[in-house]
Amino acid sequence: MYSNLWLIPFFPLVGSIFNGLFGKKIKNEAVIGAIATGLMFCSFLVAAQNFFRLLGDTEKIHEVVIASWMSIGQLQVNWEFLLDPLSAVMIMVVTGVGTLIHLYSIGYMHGEEGYYRFFCYMNLFAFSMLMLVLGGNALVMFIGWEGVGLCSYLLIGYYYEKKSASDAAKKAFVVNRIGDFGFLCGLLTLFWTLGSKGVWTLNFVQIAEHGHVLEAGGLVVTVVTLCFFLGATGKSAQIPLYTWLPDAMEGPTPVSALIHAATMVTAGVYMIGRMNGLFAMAPATMMTIAIIGACTAFFAATIGFAQNDIKRVLAYSTVSQLGYMFLAMGVGAFSAGIFHLMTHAFFKACLFLGSGSVIHGLHHAYHHAHLHDDPQDMRNMGGIRKKQPITFITFFVSTLAICGVPLFSGFFSKDEILWWSFGSTRGHWVLWLMGAVAAGMTAFYMFRLVFMTFFGEQKTDPRAKDHIPESPLTITIPLMVLGFLAVVGGYVGVPKILGGINRFEHFLAPVFEHNQHHYEIHAHGAASTEYLMMAISVGIATFGIFMAWTMYVKNPELPAKFTARFAGLYKAVFNKWYIDELYDFVFVNPCKKIGTFLWRGIDVRIVDGVVNGLAWVVKGLGAGLRYTQSGYLYNYAMAMVVGVVVIVGFYIFN
Amino acid sequence: MADYLLSTMIFFPLLGMFVLLVIPRDNDGLLKGFTLAVSLVTFAISLPLAFDNVFTTSGGMHYREFYEWINIGKFFQMNYNLGVDGISLWLVMLTTFIMPITVLSTWNAVEKNTKGFMAMLLLLETGMLGAFVSLDLFLFYIFWELMLIPMYFLIGIWGGKNRIYAAVKFFIYTAVGSLLMLVAIIFVYYYAVQSGAPMNGFGIEEFYKLDLPYNAQFWLFLAFGFSFAIKVPMFPLHTWLPDAHTEAPTAGSVILAAVLLKMGTYGYVRFAMPLFPEALPTFIPFLALLCVIGIIYGSLVAMMQEDVKKLVAYSSVAHLGFVMLGVFAMNLQGLAGGMIQMINHGISTGALFLIVGFIYERRHTRLITEFGGLATKMPIFATIFMIITFSSVGLPGTNGFVGEFLALMGAFESGLRWYAVFATTGVILAAVYMLWMYQRVMFGKVTNPANENLKDLSLREIVIMLPLLLFVFWIGVYPNTFFDKMNPAMEQALEQMGHKVAVVEMQKPAEGGAHGHGAAPATNHGHN
Repeated sequence: MYSNLWLIPFFPLVGSIFNGLFGKKIKNEAVIGAIATGLMFCSFLVAAQNFFRLLGDTEKIHEVVIASWMSIGQLQVNWEFLLDPLSAVMIMVVTGVGTLIHLYSIGYMHGEEGYYRFFCYMNLFAFSMLMLVLGGNALVMFIGWEGVGLCSYLLIGYYYEKKSASDAAKKAFVVNRIGDFGFLCGLLTLFWTLGSKGVWTLNFVQIAEHGHVLEAGGLVVTVVTLCFFLGATGKSAQIPLYTWLPDAMEGPTPVSALIHAATMVTAGVYMIGRMNGLFAMAPATMMTIAIIGACTAFFAATIGFAQNDIKRVLAYSTVSQLGYMFLAMGVGAFSAGIFHLMTHAFFKACLFLGSGSVIHGLHHAYHHAHLHDDPQDMRNMGGIRKKQPITFITFFVSTLAICGVPLFSGFFSKDEILWWSFGSTRGHWVLWLMGAVAAGMTAFYMFRLVFMTFFGEQKTDPRAKDHIPESPLTITIPLMVLGFLAVVGGYVGVPKILGGINRFEHFLAPVFEHNQHHYEIHAHGAASTEYLMMAISVGIATFGIFMAWTMYVKNPELPAKFTARFAGLYKAVFNKWYIDELYDFVFVNPCKKIGTFLWRGIDVRIVDGVVNGLAWVVKGLGAGLRYTQSGYLYNYAMAMVVGVVVIVGFYIFN
Repeated sequence: MADYLLSTMIFFPLLGMFVLLVIPRDNDGLLKGFTLAVSLVTFAISLPLAFDNVFTTSGGMHYREFYEWINIGKFFQMNYNLGVDGISLWLVMLTTFIMPITVLSTWNAVEKNTKGFMAMLLLLETGMLGAFVSLDLFLFYIFWELMLIPMYFLIGIWGGKNRIYAAVKFFIYTAVGSLLMLVAIIFVYYYAVQSGAPMNGFGIEEFYKLDLPYNAQFWLFLAFGFSFAIKVPMFPLHTWLPDAHTEAPTAGSVILAAVLLKMGTYGYVRFAMPLFPEALPTFIPFLALLCVIGIIYGSLVAMMQEDVKKLVAYSSVAHLGFVMLGVFAMNLQGLAGGMIQMINHGISTGALFLIVGFIYERRHTRLITEFGGLATKMPIFATIFMIITFSSVGLPGTNGFVGEFLALMGAFESGLRWYAVFATTGVILAAVYMLWMYQRVMFGKVTNPANENLKDLSLREIVIMLPLLLFVFWIGVYPNTFFDKMNPAMEQALEQMGHKVAVVEMQKPAEGGAHGHGAAPATNHGHN
């Protein structure tokens, strides 16, 4: 019944191979773009078909085995897919948002030299991401997991002639690999410890079913889940491995929207959701996740304050929002985390695409005026709402959504997370406070961005300022669809106390209910508390917006005064707290030094020194012994005399 | 035909070499074409092995050939004793497969004395194939030494600037190991003679059953192990490798990496470990430590190399560390990982050396700083290079992942758990050194005017790479083609190494493939 699941990743794979092999010869942008987007749309249709079938099905968990992959002794791994409510939500997000962003790219990438290459990578990414979410065992998931890392590498390095782009690409892959190291260690330890209890499996359904053979709260399950979480911090840009994501903005903007906002970076959250049974058994890990999530949400928001590159602000905002998702996972609010993942995919994709639209417009204007100003610098913007009304409206509603303004999608998901972080048995008021403050900061820097970009007087160079067009339909249609979703996307999960039935949570219940149950909110029924918390978080967000308005609209001279007053602090924030420099100092440079030392010191000097030394000794011995075979009779006679003397002497004195 | 398949396969290149000798030495095209034809025919001869399903059902030796050869009574008897099983099968196939590719790669690269070069290649092939299928220790030793000579000349005559040093270093390193092994072989033989155990010349199957005292096993393993460790090469006996690789001509490097290094790993699996199982517990922790050091050390040193070829050479040290770690895990997954990683290394690193050869032929330099921005000039080359790079990094979906993953998995399951954790950091370092190198060579703008007019790969060069790319993905996506034929032989080998192979029945793949229903339990996740 669900046997056509394989088509979902298959379509983009075909597109990728086709454009990769023939795209260069085709040259026609329309054909290349249509193939890539069309196949994504096919994939979306199949995903939707399966999603709705699952919606009406009484059985919610379905496995589809395609073929065997590796079979060696106890290790039997199949190419298999798993469709359950969790993966169903994910495939809808990936193919849906993916199709829109492909459509957007047709217009956005127009005229690029590597047009075919771009779509080849994008389709390959969609394939990998779908393998990741559909994979029925940890190894198929890992294919997708590293596959998205590869595509991220390729797409960040799309402008490979730029040093900064290829640096960022390499950094992304290597940092992700550090996470993958954790993933692998977790995977291998899990396989072996489960196996030692007689369950040799990597299959997710089986892990969920037999996970209890591991001791709950024990060392093994804690280590395994911590290892997996390390993997998640790499992929989802959490402390301490978040540094690659802001640099990843070197890629074209649709890439930032699809990969570095809506889908790939949420893989870590998804993975925790996928193995929630194991994580629920490890309270120490859960606590770690919650703390890291809350800290990341807060910390990344601080950096967002002082960035002037529009995409970098959004990048730090993404890191921060991902922190919320991890906070949710850590306090056991699995479905809330996935809920936020989904709404975030809508509004953040819309925000990125909107910023892309602005950049596109400015780029066009600068090109027209033969200028080389930075089209991503917000200090060159301002007043763009009049030039690009559609972009502005969609961007604005998405901003309202991310700020958690009531009635917009982000409100429902963020509020649910905050409520759980306060009220769940794993929650704590400190976690809540960090989340709430970060929400206020989000509101501040997002509105700072909106005010600097769309409001006020236009600061664009006068020669270019009148040539900023609204973007073409291929760009604005995705914006409108995503903007619409950013508004209404939250209504699938309206909580009980606001008169909803939280359909989203119900739908995901077959995956999460059992484990989420442990963390059921102890303050259950205290509706008044929940209302209060809600009011407070709305209040904080409003305050953030108000501050942004004061500083960037009412008294535009305030920020300069502020930065002058707190110059040191501003500099630290502006330079991202010097974390990159710290990592270079602590890890990168010592590694290089050790490498050089091992090569020049150990390899060449010591090991080869010994080898060559031995050769030298042998040669020397040979040279010395040469004289014993000189061929002169008197030499031999002399040797005989000496020999006789020694032998005779030996007998005499002995 | 099947009765003499192995002999035909081994000696066809030798026959080819003799015919080659009568071809005029100035007829370059004919010399190369003929050698290519010989290597292709050899590959064709070996092909039935790959399709024979006997390996999936039986782990024993097949295609046996046996003739008494030298018989001086009890004092010395050796036989012409050949056979192939699931362990040697894919190494044999790798050898015959890589040879035509190698020959094709020399088309424009070899300028002096083509005749001698081609003769050496064919002689080398005979030596390698013979070593993989010998079941008589002494016969093995003959073939083992036979390989050494052509390789020495390939490096010493057709090598780079520093070729004499490299060739002598290669020769002495290997010869020292060989001599120790020879002494050990003779010791085993006379022990068998004295103990009156049933013997069949130097036949290893009979030697497997010998009941050697622990002390003897200790020293013998040390001798064999040392010899093979040089060949692998394991840290700290690896320093001949970077020199040999950098000085050797491309074809020599490819064969060295793809096949000759596998002699060492194969030697452990076929000889050192099963012959002296009681010594294993003593040595394995130590050897595994050397593997882990090799992985990390090799990667760190590779990272800082300025010469692309040296970088690839040091990466071999790291890769072979994974192979040996898998083998030393002494369980099915580990051994399978080690074995498949041997093949993978042959394909990926062989391909990397070919790639280095391509740019060397164009620029006559291999220094990373001389390049940069090649991706714009050579897009096809860039794509192929990228795929091979990621195969070497072990990206899932490519061959490298399957090998590394299984080797690590085996190590995790065995007592080498902590070694494996450190070895796993190798996957990070591999990404660092490979991608950094790729970035510096391929990305950026063309800054060196010498690179302005570089031509993309020719059809011949693409044809060379295609079969390698095919196997990169084949092994990555469906390695069972290979495992199915390796499993029985590996189980047998592990039993011989004194390790009980527990085959646990577990989940079966759902019947008939894609039927969603029923495979999953209808209930919720977990009842803990």
